[in-house]
Amino acid sequence: MQDWMAVCRVDEIPQLGSRRVAREQGLDVALFRTSQDEVFALLDRCPHRGGVLSQGIVFGRHVACPLHNWAIGLADGRAREPDDGCTPRFDVKVEQGVVYLDAAQLASHATEFTRPTAGPCTRLAADAAGSGCAGTA
Amino acid sequence: MMKKQHLVMIGNGMAGVRTLEELIKLAPDLYDITVFGAEPHPNYNRILLSPVLAGEQTLDEIVLNDWSWYTEHGITLHAGYTVTDVNRAGRTVHAVNAAGEKISAPYDRLLMATGSNPFILPVPGHDLPGVLAYRDIADTQAMIDAAGKYRNAVVIGGGLLGLEAANGLMKRGMNVTVVHVAPTLMERQLDNTAGHMLQQSLEERGMRFLIGAQTQELVAGPDGRVTAVKFKDGSEAPAELVVMAVGIRPNTALAEKMRLHVNRGIVVSDTMQTVTDGRIYAVGECAAHRGIAYGLVAPLFEQGKVVANHLAEFGIGRYQGSLTSTKLKVTGIDLFSAGDFQGGEDTEEIVLSDPFGGVYKKLVIKGDKLVGACLYGDTVDGSWYFKLLREGRSVADIRERLMFGESNIGDTGHEGHNKAAAMADSDEVCGCNGVTKGTICKAIKDKGLFTLEEVRKHTKASASCGSCTGLVEQLLMFTAGGDYSASPRTKAMCGCTEHGHQAVRDAIRDNHLLTVQDVMRSLNWQTPDGCPSCRPALNYYLISTWPKEAQDDPQSRFINERSHANIQKDGTYSVVPRMWGGETNASELRRIADVVDKYAIPTVKVTGGQRIDLLGVKKEDLVGVWQDLGMPSGHAYAKALRTVKTCVGSEWCRMGTQDSTQMGKDLERALWRMYAPHKVKLAVSGCPRNCAESGIKDVGVIGVDSGWEIYVGGNGGIKTEVAHFLVKLKTAAEVLEYSGAFLQLYREEGWYLERTVHYIGRVGLDYVKKRILDDAEGRRALWERLQFALDGEPDPWFQFEQARVDVRQFQPVATAQAAQAGVLVTGK
Repeated sequence: MQDWMAVCRVDEIPQLGSRRVAREQGLDVALFRTSQDEVFALLDRCPHRGGVLSQGIVFGRHVACPLHNWAIGLADGRAREPDDGCTPRFDVKVEQGVVYLDAAQLASHATEFTRPTAGPCTRLAADAAGSGCAGTA
Repeated sequence: MMKKQHLVMIGNGMAGVRTLEELIKLAPDLYDITVFGAEPHPNYNRILLSPVLAGEQTLDEIVLNDWSWYTEHGITLHAGYTVTDVNRAGRTVHAVNAAGEKISAPYDRLLMATGSNPFILPVPGHDLPGVLAYRDIADTQAMIDAAGKYRNAVVIGGGLLGLEAANGLMKRGMNVTVVHVAPTLMERQLDNTAGHMLQQSLEERGMRFLIGAQTQELVAGPDGRVTAVKFKDGSEAPAELVVMAVGIRPNTALAEKMRLHVNRGIVVSDTMQTVTDGRIYAVGECAAHRGIAYGLVAPLFEQGKVVANHLAEFGIGRYQGSLTSTKLKVTGIDLFSAGDFQGGEDTEEIVLSDPFGGVYKKLVIKGDKLVGACLYGDTVDGSWYFKLLREGRSVADIRERLMFGESNIGDTGHEGHNKAAAMADSDEVCGCNGVTKGTICKAIKDKGLFTLEEVRKHTKASASCGSCTGLVEQLLMFTAGGDYSASPRTKAMCGCTEHGHQAVRDAIRDNHLLTVQDVMRSLNWQTPDGCPSCRPALNYYLISTWPKEAQDDPQSRFINERSHANIQKDGTYSVVPRMWGGETNASELRRIADVVDKYAIPTVKVTGGQRIDLLGVKKEDLVGVWQDLGMPSGHAYAKALRTVKTCVGSEWCRMGTQDSTQMGKDLERALWRMYAPHKVKLAVSGCPRNCAESGIKDVGVIGVDSGWEIYVGGNGGIKTEVAHFLVKLKTAAEVLEYSGAFLQLYREEGWYLERTVHYIGRVGLDYVKKRILDDAEGRRALWERLQFALDGEPDPWFQFEQARVDVRQFQPVATAQAAQAGVLVTGK
């Protein structure tokens, strides 16, 4: 039995747009709304270089990552070929205009992922590692 | 479920199978597909037979669709079966294999993809053992076998195919003589000079030539195998292998038997249907479209797309013919030709000849257009010339630079390489995306890529700035063979539509379209919501064509223009406040410093456009940062006017002739909030020392003692481009009017993501001069339209509602508290 949490109303998400749900543990969950008013939920992180998917352009049942334009499938989290990669998806339910996410998933699903680092900390990390770039998860 | 129709394809070659691939993409379940192929092989890359012959690739490596591909897509393949007859009334195909087994198949639609046959000189002895054509795997294998056993080969025909065959046989250790009846090699692709250079370079490699020799007879030896070629002048050349490469003919025997109209090929309409029978299509080398049977890959693939479109009952794709170019696949020899490279009485030629360096280039110009090119030794600009030729645009304004190519200045990112063949596998070709030569070649081979677009998709090489396009094309050439660039006359905006940018702009204006949905509906967009490339373009076209009427659609904008800041790789943003003309003061600097402290902003950097960039701002903090800064949006994130860079000018500078700072401020105040096809940068210098670098800006202004010089179309980016001088003006008011009018022209006519340099490249500087200098009334009207468009435009950092800024985006819509399941605190 899934424990559903109401997170927002469908109309709080713009059509062909998205909103994010913050979590205590782990990166945000991105909610997407298509032109047909379907709602999907993915970890807010592109499998390529960790871009923030909630900031991408939504088209059809895909979102284009704002960093390098990978197209990620909203239903399955998969990158469109020929790119290869997958972002964790979250169960989502819409009832009477309200969007629900699974409480257990919100608490513990895909909490191990991190955002790539940027800024002066990158430089320090690179110096420490003795390499030209800082690795990401 | 509807009963599937039967589609039968006769021929199992590259053009036909590509058509099926396109069809399956569009309509996977529409047809039961049956393929008859005379060769006992699955579809392979015929162009790569030459590298196979030369021992550079293996037969396995050139297979494009292996047996399992046919099975996976439910296609019945009868390989080794030759179609003997087609009953058009009964719609049935009859075929037979080598063992005499007969099969037949019914069709609803029939696709003729029978390719072409080599032409065999009808001289005595042409059917002797050891005499071959050069067309398929069997021929290639026979040549490889002969090279292992015999010494002497004669290739009859010094065209593309003949020279490739000769090169391959030579590499396999044979003594090769090429017999060519015309005075120079490849006379249909090269002019005399280039032909001679080619001959010399091949001779240096050990190839021998009998130029002008006419074959009379092939002489048999005691074992019945060919042993020599005898010429009309009585001389002989020893040959245990003779390869006939004197040309190909469309294979139309079956079509003629079927009584389809044949004239230099099976005659087809623009939808690639035979003119005789609408159920029957022809594609590839066997088809004659508007009198031309094409023999190169790119046009055939274009045809395939059209056929697939039609078969899928999907839109009305039309094939309108292609221009073609030629390259030779002999490793180490670079040559390229396209168009009318011979020239004639009404043409002019620009020639660069360096016989010692092995470089020869000829450009043929007719009127003010490039109509042909022939390059030997250095072909890196071939694709650029081909593009100019195809677009047919005026080259009058770049004529003096034309010979030196597109990549002569400021072409950065790949260590100055211009010969892909000379690069090591580990060398980086694409500096933007870090793609090496090895990676590209491997992808081309493993994934069977043919076109530049495909390579871009799979490897990202040349997909960002594009400056390495020429190198990637060379790699495609050597790895996949043949021609690489699809050559439709107009390029579609994106995969969502068949319309090009111009057609879309025109439709928006002519039909007074006001929303993205209207455009998609009226132009039959093939996807419901468009894609990330067309939607921002459409949104820009709408707001620039119908200011104050068309409403901005934030969801069709890239994130930077939705959140009015620049997204960084970690998901934070950078904020650049506007400083008019690059001038600031203590109070602004204090506020900036306070903001940096308050929001713990990690990096503060001075930009190239004389602004201060605050990097690493959290999205949640953006609104607060803007408010606390109390400075206008710098639009450093937008396809819009970015900055007007200035030098200090006559106010302070002992050299200054004009008040460039004030001029810059005035320009910036007049032009800010101006969205454009791409970013727009200006600069104003107070004297010709040009400290503001006006020469590489979209509009550069240089003060001289007697007034102002205006330069347009400069660029400091991927390809450094020096701006063109447009006009000299007297007053500051004129500077505003002329600059504004030029930018409005660009705003109204530029294609999305086209910088001013590319816009001018497309329409020509003369056109810009005509509109801005010669037509005073038109110029004033342009300037007025720009002022109308910008009047009252909101500052998106403060006027959220008017600028349609979605303020809810800055905070999470909810925050999930993990403590107790079922309880959620939403963050309103």
